[in-house]
Amino acid sequence: MSLNSYVLLVILGTGLVTWLSRITPFVLLKRFKLSPIVVNFLGFVPISIMTALWIQSLLVQHLGQLPSLNVPNVLASVPTLISAVISKNLMVIVLVGVISLGVINLLM
Amino acid sequence: MTGELSFKAGLRDTLPTVFGYISIGLAFGITAKANGLSVLEIILMSLITYAGSAEFIIVSLLAVHAGFWAMILSVFLVNARMILMSTVVAPYTSHESLLKNIWAGTLLTDETFALTMNKLNYTDHKLNFTWLNSANLFAYLTWAAASGVGGILGNLIDDPQKYGFDFALVAMFIGLLYLQIIADRSIKFNVQLTVILFVAVLMYFGMAFITANALLLIVTLLGCGFGMVLKHVVK
Repeated sequence: MSLNSYVLLVILGTGLVTWLSRITPFVLLKRFKLSPIVVNFLGFVPISIMTALWIQSLLVQHLGQLPSLNVPNVLASVPTLISAVISKNLMVIVLVGVISLGVINLLM
Repeated sequence: MTGELSFKAGLRDTLPTVFGYISIGLAFGITAKANGLSVLEIILMSLITYAGSAEFIIVSLLAVHAGFWAMILSVFLVNARMILMSTVVAPYTSHESLLKNIWAGTLLTDETFALTMNKLNYTDHKLNFTWLNSANLFAYLTWAAASGVGGILGNLIDDPQKYGFDFALVAMFIGLLYLQIIADRSIKFNVQLTVILFVAVLMYFGMAFITANALLLIVTLLGCGFGMVLKHVVK
């Protein structure tokens, strides 16, 4: 098993910036309280970020022009969403999603 | 998911996400190996950098011999959304010690963040270190192990994405998004739906102009701003 010193440096450097992004709010908010305006703003982070991550997976980027659809993911999202409404159970939703995409990949 | 905040409940609540971590971790290991990284380097990257999409980007940048600072900046931008997510979670654990807060933040990811937001709907908006740590550790160790196995197996195994497992994380976001809007009564249903549509439309058109990973952060911020204004207008 080899370990290239430059690769190690990149791992440590990227690890450090990622770690600082993750922990800084935890350190600061141990001391300070957020203003109500900021709390209101942050209240929309969960749905915004989950929607953005979902939509990102449905699109294929072509910079300079509109994205095309990732058709298998779009199709698999339909039964997944239906299973969410019916079951309200995360394990069921994930299994339905995986099986749906598996079947779609098999057929396409 | 229940209101229980024990270590065991954390493992149980995180279980559905593990499929996604295994599949994408394997895919990462295979990709990294194919791009010349050793198994040790793959495992260290997953343990130290620990950032799914950013790790794929690092591997592709290493392959084209990108500069060191360019790599650091790219990873910072891709992971800048962590600042937002940590800011949302941190007030719920501020009653715990500083060390525990730092440790909880160290291992927070998109997935454990989304799980935590959902968990709050079951616990009357209470959170503790034990539950968060168990969810974080489960995700962390699964990711590192899967990427290591992917690196060892390399091209010996088929592309795991072919079997649909990589959709596990997307399915999880779909599920958690739905569970979030039906559970969170602090924001009106119509307001939530409008914000979701707003974010979706911005993502679609934004994809033409801005790299997807930077767009993710910008659109999230705009979605929050839009939601905040909308919440004031729609009383």
